[in-house]
Amino acid sequence: MALFDDNIRKQLAQILDGLKNDVHVVFFSQEIECESCHDAHQFVEELCAINPKLKMRRYNLVTDAEKAAEYKVDKVPAVVMLDKDGNDTNIRFFGIPGGYEINSFLGALLEVSGERQELPEDILKRIQKIDKDIHIQVFVTLSCPHCPGAVITAHRLALENPKIKADMIEANTFVPLSIKYNVSGVPKIVINGEHELLGDQPITAFLDVIEKI
Amino acid sequence: MDFNLSSSLFVGEQKFNAFASDKIYDVIIIGGGPAGMTAAVYCLRKGMSTGLITRQVGGQMADTAGIENYLGYRYINGVELADKFHDQVMQFGIDFENNTTVKSIKDGLYKEVILDDGRIFKTKTIIVASGKLPRKLNVPGEKEFTGHGVTYCAICDGPFYKDKKVVVAGGGNAGIGAAIDLARIATHVTVVQRRDRLKADKVLVDKLKHFDNVEVLLGHVVREIHGSTTVESVAVENRETGAQIDIPADGIFVEVGSIPNSELARGLLHMNELDEIVIDAFGRTNKEGIFAAGDVTDVPYKQIIIACGDAAKAALSATDYILSNPNF
Repeated sequence: MALFDDNIRKQLAQILDGLKNDVHVVFFSQEIECESCHDAHQFVEELCAINPKLKMRRYNLVTDAEKAAEYKVDKVPAVVMLDKDGNDTNIRFFGIPGGYEINSFLGALLEVSGERQELPEDILKRIQKIDKDIHIQVFVTLSCPHCPGAVITAHRLALENPKIKADMIEANTFVPLSIKYNVSGVPKIVINGEHELLGDQPITAFLDVIEKI
Repeated sequence: MDFNLSSSLFVGEQKFNAFASDKIYDVIIIGGGPAGMTAAVYCLRKGMSTGLITRQVGGQMADTAGIENYLGYRYINGVELADKFHDQVMQFGIDFENNTTVKSIKDGLYKEVILDDGRIFKTKTIIVASGKLPRKLNVPGEKEFTGHGVTYCAICDGPFYKDKKVVVAGGGNAGIGAAIDLARIATHVTVVQRRDRLKADKVLVDKLKHFDNVEVLLGHVVREIHGSTTVESVAVENRETGAQIDIPADGIFVEVGSIPNSELARGLLHMNELDEIVIDAFGRTNKEGIFAAGDVTDVPYKQIIIACGDAAKAALSATDYILSNPNF
């Protein structure tokens, strides 16, 4: 049975019409011990089928271990987004981007395709000045309306600076990781494993923390 | 699988610009909740050059789960309704500033709006629609455990307390609404209410009675929140006897009312003893050319539909003021 009904598919098609260039959507899953992998696969497959600019590739975490290592994917289900030239944007989605997160997924697709919202000059300068390795993990749940905002901000940072990596992590899918970072309220933003932000913080709040690292 | 596709995030009709400091606006609206957005639509349709500054699109409405008393929708989620409002505002060309707060406003023939980041914008009129923020308990442990068991948003964090014990501070509609939602998820809910009866609507109080895992402590207040890395217990006190009870809990939901965001007008606009901006039936404040609407004002009832109605009035008053003023 199809995941998206006709109404939603029409809306998605309209939104995806805004894609500028191709986006390579690289999907990782595994056969056993991954409850959400089947649904995640269906989600990504059906969505990519809506617009020819979305090129989907599928790998298995176990049997395609070198690919997993290449894209630094250590858990599934995972989506890696590459730009039209196959370059890694360092944008990751771990878990199914359903619920409210479909918005951050679509947002990422559009931005990676080249359809970027304008950022103020001074913010862009601050992002480009960052020269340390930064890993941002944004913990979300699918029923959290404020979460996509934080994910979109984190992914935008990753897009503008190759030193920055940003992950959306669905908290209920990756429970040991959520426990490790004491996630009890979302969105929870963890930077380089130790600096925390809570809530849909503006990009300046992210930068304030990153610049102090 | 569910999908909550946002109607306003992507549609090409998004015409908005950044604020300009070298122009004089007709109207600057402070606040992007239901009042602010309604005022925006009215001003834009009247052809006023309009700017809107907001901390969060949707304001308090965006933190609300179920809305059943905004006409046209039998039941709608707060964020979705905020989305629809936002959509309607964005079809016009508006100057828009998100994730931003206003520090203060200055009077004069041309008013000034001063942002927290120092930027200043000039305008003929201001509509203050800055709403309210949740009130804190102001007890030891509250700040330390915010985000680690202390929360002000039941819809955001409820799901994390599945099979856990929670405390809800507050016996009004927000508190009892939260308690009902949590009773379905948590193993046990304790409602702590300072008065000797629940303030919430009968409909909600009756619903709460159906749950056998809810305990209501009337005439009690929260004194302290304890824990190690996360909340472990909440100490409450019987207001009459002074007896203290330690309630084991994994989280506490604070729903004890809210404070108006009127600090930006302190010393300038007349306020009541609750720090709400005093307005007349036209949405006018004590200063010519400055109007206000919504929860930040002394309107007796704080509801989305009332905020919208008052905002429309304020917008029309602002328009009349501009059109009839010989100086402009």
